[in-house]
Amino acid sequence: MAEAAKAKDLLFKPIIENNPIALQIIGICSALAVTSNMKTTVAMCVALTLVTMFSNFFVSLIRNQIPGSIRIIVQMTIIASLVIVVDQFLRAYAYDISKQMSVFVGLIITNCIVMGRAEAFAMKNPPIPSALDGFGNGLGYSFILLILGFSRELIGSGSLFGVTILEKVTQGGWYIPNGLMLLPPSAFFLIGFIIWVIRAVKKDQVEQDQFRITANSRVSDAF
Amino acid sequence: MAINKDSVSGTLIVAVLVCLICGVFVAAAAVGLRPVQDQNRVLDKRLNILQAAGLYEAGMDVEAAFERIERRFVDLESGEYVEMPDNYDQRKAAKNPNASTALKGDEDIASIRRRPNVAEVYLSVDDGGDVQVIILPISGYGLWSTLHGFVALQADVNTVAGLGFYEHAETPGLGGEVDNPRWKGQWPGKQLFNDSGELAIEVIKGTVDTSSDKAVHQVDGLAGATLTTKGVDNLVQFWLGENGFGPYLARLRADAAEPAEQGADDSVTLSAVN
Repeated sequence: MAEAAKAKDLLFKPIIENNPIALQIIGICSALAVTSNMKTTVAMCVALTLVTMFSNFFVSLIRNQIPGSIRIIVQMTIIASLVIVVDQFLRAYAYDISKQMSVFVGLIITNCIVMGRAEAFAMKNPPIPSALDGFGNGLGYSFILLILGFSRELIGSGSLFGVTILEKVTQGGWYIPNGLMLLPPSAFFLIGFIIWVIRAVKKDQVEQDQFRITANSRVSDAF
Repeated sequence: MAINKDSVSGTLIVAVLVCLICGVFVAAAAVGLRPVQDQNRVLDKRLNILQAAGLYEAGMDVEAAFERIERRFVDLESGEYVEMPDNYDQRKAAKNPNASTALKGDEDIASIRRRPNVAEVYLSVDDGGDVQVIILPISGYGLWSTLHGFVALQADVNTVAGLGFYEHAETPGLGGEVDNPRWKGQWPGKQLFNDSGELAIEVIKGTVDTSSDKAVHQVDGLAGATLTTKGVDNLVQFWLGENGFGPYLARLRADAAEPAEQGADDSVTLSAVN
């Protein structure tokens, strides 16, 4: 029973309570780059979730054999191999998407979520929980990315998965698309909003101020 | 484990083993998936040929549409059709000293260094066997990268039917706008040659003055991408010019200008080559 509850925690905690993007603020780079339409967003989510899950699994499998002095480079080798394999599969079966995502598939290697989970979780836990943790973090990442992809494509292009939902003015409809949503900064604003909503509901995520501003001081205090 | 994993030999063994196993994995994926990837690449190139020729509509079957397109080979020096094996790769030939010609500095305006001796051309043929669109591969250096693409000409060998690049690495948003449909949309209808038969097509800096009598030969440059614009202009000049498809185009134009009975002869030679 305790095991089952733990597995559930590993899978679902990273979605809201410990979201890699919203709480830990890592993995932002690809979240900005590939979310201007749903197709690449979904491809990126699947790719990252698979890579995180398998890298966690394999790193955990050999965690007792990895020498401390080269552990990061061993993790990197495993992650890089997985990313290349994923990239090859995308090129073979989703050529259009892989062309659009171009370097960002390769950049999964440097995604902090993958490295972070391998170093923080997989090095200390058995393979199955590690794989679940990787999958869960992939889900947390996907959760944010799908919201971004959905809003950006709908507002920016008036379509979802390339299918027109809101008829654009240029095509004789009524909808004037907001071009800003197709540019990377819009993802920043949206992530900001998501973090705000999550923290408004879950007050424990609000960070303590690092520096407190003291009450106004008088001139005489300075002497 | 018998040996201490943190010792020098332990570290080396783990490093070598991890590399070996990962290497096998990566190699297996790359080799195993190559046939499918190659197929995709061919499909993508065909799609680009159709798009450059303005024959592509969203959602159409590329393979079926491509059946109307004939692949032929042209000896660039003489402009005559030649026979080449099916797997002839023009881009590989351009690197092979035996199958290409080095270009002298002032000839090499597109900065491609070597020009293949034989180039492929694609002819879109209608039901009666008449050539509708001539699609020529073009390439040349922009700002960061060599641009590879196609230019398509109407049967009069003067009017542009379309232009597009299928491979380049120019700055996204600036030089990368060579992919912009609105910019590409300017090409169809432009005339290659002026009244005296000289190559007059050019990509100019800024916007074309539509009242000028040269407007029919001119295409707007890309804003903020002077060097890419220059590169596109150069490669168009090169490939349609004397050292590129010039002799071939001259021959086609001469053929097109000749009387009808000669035209019948020409179709016989065409089928003979087939």
